[in-house]
Amino acid sequence: MPYYESVFIARPDISATQVEALTETFKSIVGETGGKVTKAEYWGLRNLTYRIKKNRKGHYSLLNLDATPAAVKELERNMGINEDVLRYVTIRVDELEEGPSIMIRSKGQREERGRREDRFGGGDRFGRDRDDRGRRDDREPREPRVPRVEAEGEV
Amino acid sequence: MRGGRRPFFRRHKSCPFSAPGAPKIDYKDVKLLLRFISERGKIVPRRITAVSSKKQRELARAIKRARVLALLPFVVE
Repeated sequence: MPYYESVFIARPDISATQVEALTETFKSIVGETGGKVTKAEYWGLRNLTYRIKKNRKGHYSLLNLDATPAAVKELERNMGINEDVLRYVTIRVDELEEGPSIMIRSKGQREERGRREDRFGGGDRFGRDRDDRGRRDDREPREPRVPRVEAEGEV
Repeated sequence: MRGGRRPFFRRHKSCPFSAPGAPKIDYKDVKLLLRFISERGKIVPRRITAVSSKKQRELARAIKRARVLALLPFVVE
């Protein structure tokens, strides 16, 4: 059976235990229609980077599936019907990750990202309303207009 | 190394995902993907990041998946 990773975002106003219950129902749906959930992860209540159905936060959960396409279809149908699920994404993967995913591993050290200088295109290279297309550094350098002054050095 | 002689000289950069021990591109790895999007949330072209074209396609796919899951922004106003 093919492998899938399914992530769903639950409404922020339900409790973590309710999310757990939601995960259990999805597990049984997959179990009944042909397949199994090899791993279920709860990533916690995270901030969404944009609003989904007027919500700014959501409970993220990940399911690793070893299931038939029919089971995935049934799972997605149920997620679509469930009002507590804001969004779901199922992706086919070549192999399932064994241990905890990067989300769990990077927990604690995440947050506090915001504006950071070590990003590409970071810093004050662009004005507020300018397009953030980078410099075309792959172009041929221009011939200097002025007669060369020796030792123009680094700025 | 930017000597005074050749003001536009750039050292050859190699792909950050092709070296041994390089990180795996994963849509769940927000911290990694954040380094390849601009302040406005756009995917940074590979002429700036020196990612190989194969890895850039993979990276773009991961960023787009992360956007759907609201892990990354589509736009930063």
